[in-house]
Amino acid sequence: MDAVIAAIVSILFHGTAYAMILYIVSVGLSVTMGLMGFANLAHGVFAMAGGYVTVTLMNDYGVPFALSLLVACLVVGLASIVIERVLYARLYAASELEQVLFTIGLIFMAIAAAKFVWGPFAQRFAMPEALQGQIELGTRSFPAYRAFLIVVSIAIILGLWLGIERTNLGARIRAAVDNRRMAQSLGINTGRLFTLTFALGSALAALGGGLGAEILAINPTYAIEHLVYFLIVVSVGGLGSVRGPFVAALLIGIGDTACKYLVPEIGAFFIYAATMALLLWRPAGLFGRA
Amino acid sequence: MILSGKSSLKNAPAVEALVRRHRLRPIELLPWAIAVAAYFLFPGYLALGSQIFIMVLFALSLDLILGYAGIITLGHAAFFGVGAYTAGILAVQGWHEPISGLIAAGIVAAIVGLVSGLVILRTHGLTLLMLTLAIVFMLNEAANKAGFITGGADGLQGIAIDPIFGTFRFDMFSRTAYWYALAVLFLGWAFVRLLVHSPFGRSLTGIRENVARMHAIGTPVRRRLVTAYTISAGLAGVAGGLLAQTTEFVALNVISFELSGAVLIMLIFGGVGRLYGAFIGAPVYMIAEDELAKADPVYWLFWIGLILILIVMFARGGILGLIDQALHQIRRRRK
Repeated sequence: MDAVIAAIVSILFHGTAYAMILYIVSVGLSVTMGLMGFANLAHGVFAMAGGYVTVTLMNDYGVPFALSLLVACLVVGLASIVIERVLYARLYAASELEQVLFTIGLIFMAIAAAKFVWGPFAQRFAMPEALQGQIELGTRSFPAYRAFLIVVSIAIILGLWLGIERTNLGARIRAAVDNRRMAQSLGINTGRLFTLTFALGSALAALGGGLGAEILAINPTYAIEHLVYFLIVVSVGGLGSVRGPFVAALLIGIGDTACKYLVPEIGAFFIYAATMALLLWRPAGLFGRA
Repeated sequence: MILSGKSSLKNAPAVEALVRRHRLRPIELLPWAIAVAAYFLFPGYLALGSQIFIMVLFALSLDLILGYAGIITLGHAAFFGVGAYTAGILAVQGWHEPISGLIAAGIVAAIVGLVSGLVILRTHGLTLLMLTLAIVFMLNEAANKAGFITGGADGLQGIAIDPIFGTFRFDMFSRTAYWYALAVLFLGWAFVRLLVHSPFGRSLTGIRENVARMHAIGTPVRRRLVTAYTISAGLAGVAGGLLAQTTEFVALNVISFELSGAVLIMLIFGGVGRLYGAFIGAPVYMIAEDELAKADPVYWLFWIGLILILIVMFARGGILGLIDQALHQIRRRRK
């Protein structure tokens, strides 16, 4: 009996840590999809870039973990503003196919660039000593890194939700997602709003990439390897929603961890089958509007 | 009565335009002339040639759903792979006759296409895209885990194919493979050409252009899309079966996102929704890959990515689109 409970607790714990990373990386994609309907498959590239910046700063320059994360966020956020203005902005009116092809092109170039600079192998993530080992909670012990991940992520997510609900910027973003034309006619500069949202989403993705470097290893094919998971989180959650992807990420993170742990032979199937069943039931996702 | 009806129809300009569009133009025979000539000009490249034909057929099947019906998929290799495994497994298990094996490959792939189409075509946009990806990953995992019959990660070995019609043996110079693949491609092309010019094909284009209006005039939209998806899956399966039979090997990467992406890119290079985009894009891509990718796959990926972005930004019709524009310019200048 105790072994069963231990297994359940362990699955919930690891699954939640995984879900947090999935959510932090994907939420920006959901909001930008809802804002402009842009099929941005290259969202994972920004997470990968954040991971590379973080890991490189820590390994090669001995920068502390937290500072590296901050720098990664800033660098990727600023870079994404340039990329959005120069490239993405030209394709808002383009067809979905063109957006898909363009972002696949970006992924390919990012893979080639990452291989060229960092080589084909996954980056070593030298965890800070404080995060190594276990922490005791009651009668059980948990890996400190994952506990840290969950705590930090929850803080970030609460901040994000408060921002969306309580700030002026958040209100404008919600208004534009609900009805872009109406928002525009009320004097909201949706172009600038989108640039800002895109940059925030990319910075969050970079943060997720850096924070989760131990769970989703940083390697050149990162953006393709995890693409389907990011897309599942966004579609199951419902495009444009901020909380939907959170529920979806929890479902997927915990479900995936449970299946890979309990039935490793068919572990990967579960997520896909569950996703299809969910979308058959609700084609617009859990919190999406049809 | 019927005759007079026909003649009065013929006088209608709209009918005239439709018939003219359907009529075979001489330039449409060019690819076939090149294919026959290439056999004699490049005898050392017949194996590559037969693989190019296979990819043309594969890209053609994608054009049917992407170019005509407007369904964007990143998982078309799922059906190519199912066809390849069907043909391969049949041959390994003792059914060595090639043509029936190929038909079986098409049928099994079409069934998988039908079932998955019924599920995924209820969604659209990014969700649909994700589901096509999910299906390709799922089937890849299935092929990997069912190693006892598919050979798993080592690939399916021991495929032996009988001579075609009992006479044309598959030789090590790929001569038979070349003609076999070319003949199947020709049949596939004739079929797709017929299909896209038929009322069914026109209704697909209508759905791509304006779904709401097609709903309004009473077209069973979902059923049309699922039908097109099934036919396209079957054709992709035939292409996959051809690959298994001509190379006598099936690797796990026939069901992969990479191959789905590659065939999409081939079609984009050539031009989408034009029937002949596949005939330009697949050879250009494969010959370039044969020359460049082996030297340095990283740069290859970089250039493919860059070219994709440039196409989207500046040349949305692909190579055929550029040719169209050039011809248009020349004609205008002459006037």
